[in-house]
Amino acid sequence: MAINSDVLVVGGGLAAITAAVSAAREGADVRLVSHKASTLRQASGLIDALGYVPATEPAKPLRDGPPTAGRELDPDEWPDPEGPLADPYEGIERLPESHPYRIVGSDALRDGLDLFDDLAGDAYRGGHTDRNALVPTFGGAVKPTARYPAAAEAGLASDDRPMLVVGFRSLTEYDARAFAGRLEAAGVPFDAAGAEVEFAEAFRADAKVTRLAKALDHDEEIDGVPAREALAKAVSPHLHDVVDESSGVDRVERVGFPAFLGDDEGDEVRAELADRLGADVFEIPMGPPSLPGLRLEDQLFDALDAEGVRFETGNPVVGVESATDGRVESVAVDRKGRTAPYGADAFVLATGGLVGKGLDSDRDGVREPVFDLHVDQPEDRYEWFVDDAFGDQPYARFGVRPDERCRPTDAEGEAQYENVFAAGGVVGGADAAREKSASGVSLATGIVAGRQAATEATQ
Amino acid sequence: MTRHTEDDGDAGDANGTTETSGGRDTGGCGCGEPAPGVPEAGRDEQPSIFVPDEGEVPEADAIGARGSGSVDSGGAAGDPAAERAATDGGVESASSGSATGGTDSTELDPDAYDPVDVFPGGDLDLREGADSCYKCTSCDTSCPVAEVDDEFPGPKFQGPEQWRLKRKDDHDIDESITSCSNCMRCDDACPSSVPLSQMHNEARGQFVERQMEKLSVEYIRNRILANYHTSASLASMFPRTASFAMNFGPARWAMEKVMGIPKERDFPEFATETFREWWKARGGAKVENPDKRVAYFHGCYSNYNTPEVGKAMVRVYEHFGYEVMVPPQKCSGTPMFANGMLKDARRHAETNVENLVEAIGEGADVVASCTSCSMSLRQEYPELFDLHGIDDLAEHTFEALEYLRIHEDLEGELDAAGGLDDEREFAYHAPCHARNQGLSRQAVETFRDVDGVTMEDVGDSCSGISGTYGWKEEKYEKSMEIGAEMFEHMEDADGEVGMTECPTCAMQMEHGTGYEIEHPLQLLEQTLGA
Repeated sequence: MAINSDVLVVGGGLAAITAAVSAAREGADVRLVSHKASTLRQASGLIDALGYVPATEPAKPLRDGPPTAGRELDPDEWPDPEGPLADPYEGIERLPESHPYRIVGSDALRDGLDLFDDLAGDAYRGGHTDRNALVPTFGGAVKPTARYPAAAEAGLASDDRPMLVVGFRSLTEYDARAFAGRLEAAGVPFDAAGAEVEFAEAFRADAKVTRLAKALDHDEEIDGVPAREALAKAVSPHLHDVVDESSGVDRVERVGFPAFLGDDEGDEVRAELADRLGADVFEIPMGPPSLPGLRLEDQLFDALDAEGVRFETGNPVVGVESATDGRVESVAVDRKGRTAPYGADAFVLATGGLVGKGLDSDRDGVREPVFDLHVDQPEDRYEWFVDDAFGDQPYARFGVRPDERCRPTDAEGEAQYENVFAAGGVVGGADAAREKSASGVSLATGIVAGRQAATEATQ
Repeated sequence: MTRHTEDDGDAGDANGTTETSGGRDTGGCGCGEPAPGVPEAGRDEQPSIFVPDEGEVPEADAIGARGSGSVDSGGAAGDPAAERAATDGGVESASSGSATGGTDSTELDPDAYDPVDVFPGGDLDLREGADSCYKCTSCDTSCPVAEVDDEFPGPKFQGPEQWRLKRKDDHDIDESITSCSNCMRCDDACPSSVPLSQMHNEARGQFVERQMEKLSVEYIRNRILANYHTSASLASMFPRTASFAMNFGPARWAMEKVMGIPKERDFPEFATETFREWWKARGGAKVENPDKRVAYFHGCYSNYNTPEVGKAMVRVYEHFGYEVMVPPQKCSGTPMFANGMLKDARRHAETNVENLVEAIGEGADVVASCTSCSMSLRQEYPELFDLHGIDDLAEHTFEALEYLRIHEDLEGELDAAGGLDDEREFAYHAPCHARNQGLSRQAVETFRDVDGVTMEDVGDSCSGISGTYGWKEEKYEKSMEIGAEMFEHMEDADGEVGMTECPTCAMQMEHGTGYEIEHPLQLLEQTLGA
């Protein structure tokens, strides 16, 4: 016999969790199955909605024929994306018609962000306005984003207080002085300085960020000094490093650290450092592995539990087990070599895109491996991409094509199964990397797919 | 070259360096080293040979001897009647349909022997796994050891990076591999399905076999810890004496000094009646049902230390109308993998595979009550060994609660049973190995709607003991540091009784909080009135 629920959500990221919670709030009995630990731990923890509207047509016509190795590319073939957008909602109508935002509508994005605010509570900021915030990220770029962790709040680029950015020699992917330089070059309205300090040297050269976070969580002694105190002591000589245009020196009012200031006790760690330094303390979102992502994962899985959603990670859904009359009845879950059927009245597919492995590809084509859904793609592999690396890459928009209820459609535009819905990265049509829209697409499609699946299951 | 399994009966030498290893025909360089880039574990394509451990009376015999008070340990191992006694308590000496366990043949019928080609070409070629790693470092962030141990470079290094390094001339495995606790969380974290734990097991096996001093205290201590099955079977002949002696203060002090076993830990008590003794005295299975059969893999701990878990399993399954078989079995191998004792593990695996596959042939699925045992039979066996029937076994193995959730209307049954009269509250910890099988939430979800039961998940931290890891003096503090988060969460939870599927997690939970720890099967027995 099958393991049954009203709604089965396949996936473990933001879209899957959004769909599961929204279906549960509609009264459905929901189960979520994720192959691996959630990929939220690889995410920056920033919740973007729409930061840019990239051009979909080149400024000059593309050259004909396949690219040749070594041929020089003209970087000006594509116009710069429009943005950063002050308001994500006002950019939606300029997106292509096949974009998920155009299909599910801006209200879906609004509802998705509302749901996120509800689940994230005090841990996140930005819900007071429709407008994007500008958050510096670890490369020194400034990202337009709709929501950001409370830990990043004091670092907003729209704030004009002088900023010190702290770096550590052992964190090679992050250079504090380059970061500060890039911020200033971008024309931020404040003075910034970067300083490399001695702290992480007490740990092994390639210490994991979790090791540093744990040491701060527990305030472990480092050479006889508690970790938080040791870190503050290392930073305090640099509190006057900022030099303004008239060569005047001012005490900094905010200090940015790479995002490893504690895991479970992050608020406490930040507060103590702020107290010791006499300045606001903030975290700069990092690439993977990401503490803000891990914290968000913990928080959202706790929310799933609180909403009564059943969930399991560790086993992949490998295919459709049975389907009749255009409806899927059960899917096969691979439990270490033996499959078990999981039955449901409705299914939400939220397995991610090409990177998340919700889409599979080889030289012959791009496929959706769980339900074998239609993935729109040019037959000729040379049409999957364009020459300019920063151009409108067709592969970036690969994915299933949803109808307005988020049901994936076949080549003719008809829903492929009555009771299968899709959300997040597996949905095509968005160029999330260029638009800065990955989280928003997950939230908007997740809430629609979750609600529609619950409706389908409980009617 | 093939491995000389005849030597395996000699426990002192079974992992010895004298043995040439590696089944691939390397043209006889005589050095015993594999070709560069060709790890050796898993290249063991010889027919399985069933050899009992030295110093250990054959399973069936030991049970029989203790059960009857006789000390006769004559050569009854090959006697079908004795085998029967172990399986069904001897009540059905002429019965049919019950698994009886394997025959002790040293030769397999060559016609029936069909080697399983797990690794094309016979190599444990993990190239594809190493290539799949895109260095996102998710494994490192999920590693409980890297979180507390400054000396430990993390699973990404231990797995794909070290695998690449040793492909060329430099064969040495970094000693830090011995700090990996084999919790296997990295497997669960990897978004790219890199076989991290398989790489770790293979590297650890190679390190222990080639680089570890066989006369060192560490090696001997690890060997003893890994072979818990052997010590437990000896201790349980005199359970009260053993429980006392093992925890006797001066003895513990000496153990720490001489063997590096931390004196802070209490050895688990040995049951005065093992599960198998109980099973025999009970007269074996109470339910016969050729259509619904399970072969119970109780593992060492439910047999020697917590037979109440095994009894609960039997009663619950019989409640659902299953015929329970209890085939002869040895250690699942989990503590051996974690200590790099792959040959010991293989020897035990041969017995397990042979007996369990026979039970499968009689229509049974294999059910384990320990999540590390089920993990081992399902994942590590086929990853590391190439034994006839090993994939069959992996496919037919389940954890006990998992199996019922798949095959029975457990929710309906619990609903009908009406819950508990007296309220009980539990602090539940999901073992890491349960997580990898997708089982980390099953206990909480099973009992969520049962009246009178409150079960709180104490979070996703590792308990820190990881089988034998926390039993090593040099790891003890790290083990407690890893466990600290779980202890805190347990104390925050309302329940004053702990719950988990894993026996060593249970030891750690008890050690850290003083709580009594139960197994979900025990609660299931209670709530069903089985």
